[in-house]
Amino acid sequence: MPLLMPAPEPEILSRRSELLTRLAQILPAQNVIADETARRAYECDAFTMYRALPLVVVLPETVPQVQSILALAQEMNVKVVPRGGGTSLSGGSMPLEDGILLGMSKFNRILEIDYENRCARVQPGVQNLAISKAVEHAGFYYAPDPSSQIACSIGGNVAENAGGVHCLKYGLTTNNILGLEVVLMGGEILRLGGKHLDSEMYDLLGLMTGSEGLLGVVTEVTVRILQKPPVARGLLLGFASVEAGARCVGAIIAQGIIPGGMEMMDKATIRAVERFQPCGYPQDAAAIVIVELDGTPAEVDHLVGVVEKIARAEGATTTKVSNSEAERLQFWAGRKNAFPAVSCIGPDYLCMDGTIPRKRLPEVLTGMDELAKKHGLRVANVFHAGDGNLHPLILYDASIEGDIERAENLGADILRLCVAVGGVLTGEHGVGVEKRDLMGEMFNEIDLAQQMRVKCAFDPSGRLNPGKVFPELHRCAELGAMHVVGGALPFPDLPRF
Amino acid sequence: MAFAPADEQELSQVVAAAAAEARPLRITGSGSKAGIGRPSIGEELSLRALSGVVLYEPEELVLIAGAATPIAGIEALLASHNQHLAFEPMDCGPLLGAGAGQGTVGGLVAVNASGPRRIKAGAARDHVLGFRCVTGRGEIVKSGGRVMKNVTGYDLSKLVAGSFGTLAALTQITLKTLPAPETSQTLVLLGTEEQAGLLALRKVSGAPLEASALALLPKGAAPLDLGENAAAIRLEGPEISVAQRLEDLRGLLKPFGGGVEILGGESSASLWRALRDAEPVASLDGHIWRVSVAPSDGFALVSALKESALPLLGYFYDWAGGLVWLCMADAEDAHAKPLRAAVDRLGGHATLIRASATTRAAVDVFHPQPPALAALSRRVKESFDPAHILERGRLRAEF
Ligand SMILES: Cc1cc2nc3c(=O)[nH]c(=O)nc-3n(C[C@H](O)[C@H](O)[C@@H](O)COP(=O)(O)OP(=O)(O)OC[C@H]3O[C@@H](n4cnc5c(N)ncnc54)[C@H](O)[C@@H]3O)c2cc1C
Ligand SMILES: Cc1cc2nc3c(=O)[nH]c(=O)nc-3n(C[C@H](O)[C@H](O)[C@H](O)COP(=O)(O)OP(=O)(O)OC[C@H]3O[C@@H](n4cnc5c(N)ncnc54)[C@H](O)[C@@H]3O)c2cc1C
Repeated sequence: MPLLMPAPEPEILSRRSELLTRLAQILPAQNVIADETARRAYECDAFTMYRALPLVVVLPETVPQVQSILALAQEMNVKVVPRGGGTSLSGGSMPLEDGILLGMSKFNRILEIDYENRCARVQPGVQNLAISKAVEHAGFYYAPDPSSQIACSIGGNVAENAGGVHCLKYGLTTNNILGLEVVLMGGEILRLGGKHLDSEMYDLLGLMTGSEGLLGVVTEVTVRILQKPPVARGLLLGFASVEAGARCVGAIIAQGIIPGGMEMMDKATIRAVERFQPCGYPQDAAAIVIVELDGTPAEVDHLVGVVEKIARAEGATTTKVSNSEAERLQFWAGRKNAFPAVSCIGPDYLCMDGTIPRKRLPEVLTGMDELAKKHGLRVANVFHAGDGNLHPLILYDASIEGDIERAENLGADILRLCVAVGGVLTGEHGVGVEKRDLMGEMFNEIDLAQQMRVKCAFDPSGRLNPGKVFPELHRCAELGAMHVVGGALPFPDLPRF
Repeated sequence: MAFAPADEQELSQVVAAAAAEARPLRITGSGSKAGIGRPSIGEELSLRALSGVVLYEPEELVLIAGAATPIAGIEALLASHNQHLAFEPMDCGPLLGAGAGQGTVGGLVAVNASGPRRIKAGAARDHVLGFRCVTGRGEIVKSGGRVMKNVTGYDLSKLVAGSFGTLAALTQITLKTLPAPETSQTLVLLGTEEQAGLLALRKVSGAPLEASALALLPKGAAPLDLGENAAAIRLEGPEISVAQRLEDLRGLLKPFGGGVEILGGESSASLWRALRDAEPVASLDGHIWRVSVAPSDGFALVSALKESALPLLGYFYDWAGGLVWLCMADAEDAHAKPLRAAVDRLGGHATLIRASATTRAAVDVFHPQPPALAALSRRVKESFDPAHILERGRLRAEF
């Protein structure tokens, strides 16, 4: 299933030098990267299977520059791909050969911290972790914590609606931002939300979040900051089967407890982690669950006891409770290293990202095993167990002929399985180019047409990040037509009152 | 004429036929709140047949229901499993002079309802995992899913939440449910100056106490007149945790002086029910406004209104000062201009919740937007409903 991007438009390629001249009128010379070697650095994001050399890379520093670049692109009919930290795992910021790559990395300032209203106004290129760092001296933090938090930008987080281990309790990006400034393809500036709650009309702030850079360019974000819970303690639970682990997760939630984080790993991952950097995970367990409880000391101590009891009742073979901060971090060390660790047991891996209703986990795991066998590959698993978000890591060897394709096919089959049990194609990494052609598994043509019409309301010429998310490109004019069904019949058989 | 389609399929036919003739339709759940928003025009389209819980899996924290399912029934069902709708949806029947407990889940999502717990748990928008609907084109569309984490495609749930039926008639809604707190206690700080009381609330919201509601009632606010200004703070969770946080809270509030009263059980619950349903202003005779501003601006807003000599009959603050409910003496224009000017100086939005139909047709019920945003909102509306047939005029006179 090779991914096809729209063929570069010769007409645009032929106008490259004119485009460069016009860009030079907007930006200082060092902010326009035209040289081929320098452009290579931007060939792909963290979805490295596909690459493309951007037509030109621009690094604006001010909102008027962004406006001018977009207006110019609109005028010259050139495509634009926004890019933050470039850590997208679904190819969301993969460049186009006939498109401008709009790098937002120079928008890297924290503009305001307002402790009274518990929020901060930041530019989109600020790294996720930098926000927490900036407010930690006052006891605050920014809750969504993707594992990529030292590298990804808050603008990219907004575009992907990023989550992390804390989002079970504290929500995703969408639940933690209050305001945005956005520039549309036509150059219009919008301010959505602010320091107050909820929107005055349609919730465009909520719509922008997770829109994968297809609706507008984010130039400012107002995030909510939270006071750090006084304590956090962890439990490391081992189980003889994945089913038992999954049952324990369900039982904890059924008891009314929403932990700060609840993560699970299967045997293949535990082994890999212990080989990479031993951190004391039980080697005999078929699955481990790490539970973190946070809050006031009395509450946490109380809940640790309750969770321990539930784990025993569900047949845990290991139950360890952290008694110090060092021990808690030790529990997490393996989970945090899971991805690099897995790359040591196979030369390459493809990280999938689907969500399922939690109770279907056992059958999905069995199904995944069968699929892996069928495709002749191995799969290691880490999950955000609390919310059913799976990250199957498909191990392959790019130097073996056909392995890449096998890995991609297995990945697609796994995601189809997730959808078949009532789940979704992506829980946090986005559709991008990676899952674009699978959108039809979840949505029919009418569903997709409605989403594309929303895109048209923002970007009628379809120049912003095309080729991502939607399997086929439609022109907005085609989508605008109304199909008149059944004419003007008054439906005499319908109940009236 | 009035329509009451039996199912989603019939609904889509009704809407498609209306779209073909550009005939406007008024969507009603139970019809209980027809008195809010701009008066919309058109034939009535009742969704009452689309009622009933389709699926409820407490251990998966998910509930799927037909759009016209009564909220009261859903809340009772959840309560029987020690769960709740964490966003604490307001029942504005009393405010509008209608009976209590009549709203439907479709109506709740269509207005993006939320109550005092908004500051901690979010609004309806934050709890909609997915939905099915019939758009103004008569097309059946679904979006989202039933799982907690989902970024597949645009988050259209956010768009329909708060759209007042102007984009689509919702037919089925998937909500996230959450465990109800084990215990709940309210500390009331009595007798501080208003500004100091609000400052205390903001201090609490910036401390690791996880307060789930923070409201300030000025002295004399009926029907809860406590004789003095009252800053109310709700703590919820396991008993042992609430007890400890209550101690911490007392310590934090020491510098503010004032008396302290602790409400538990039913007296705490009924206080927050009353504030949720805006009772302190609902009982007054006049126009009612709901204003959302940054918490630190709530006091400035009220002061500005007092100084401008507007006939302010009553008010109170929720959301640590971020939500201000106001009642002003009736006037043809509902004092919209000076009120909105005061809000605009601070940033935020004001919605006219209770006024006569004539007034609601004459002034903007919802906050006006700058031109670029207004134009985009209109394009978004038209992407769902190009013929402007759904709830025509409800949000904006022009569509
Ligand atoms: C400005 C304003 C603010 C409000 N704020 C709150 C609040 O914060 N909290 C709160 O609880 N309530 C609020 N309400 C009241 C809200 O209308 C009721 O709580 C709601 O739940 C009533 O349900 P209903 O079925 O009676 O709705 P109805 O009175 O029948 O309809 C209310 C609105 O929802 C639309 N609607 C109803 N069902 C559907 C559907 N299935 N699909 C699409 N649209 C539908 C209608 O077209 C109408 O615009 C507010 C109302 C207004 C006008
Ligand atoms: C090792 C690793 C671990 C990860 N772990 C997680 C995790 O735990 N949870 C999770 O959710 N994700 C995770 N990710 C994925 C990724 O980090 C997130 O999707 C992140 O939000 C991307 O941010 P970015 O700044 O790198 O964006 P980019 O990759 O640069 O761009 C991502 C998308 O955002 C758009 N975009 C970027 N900036 C803007 C802007 N200013 N305006 C408009 N659109 C913009 C782009 O066009 C693109 O569509 C992980 C990635 C890696 C490599």
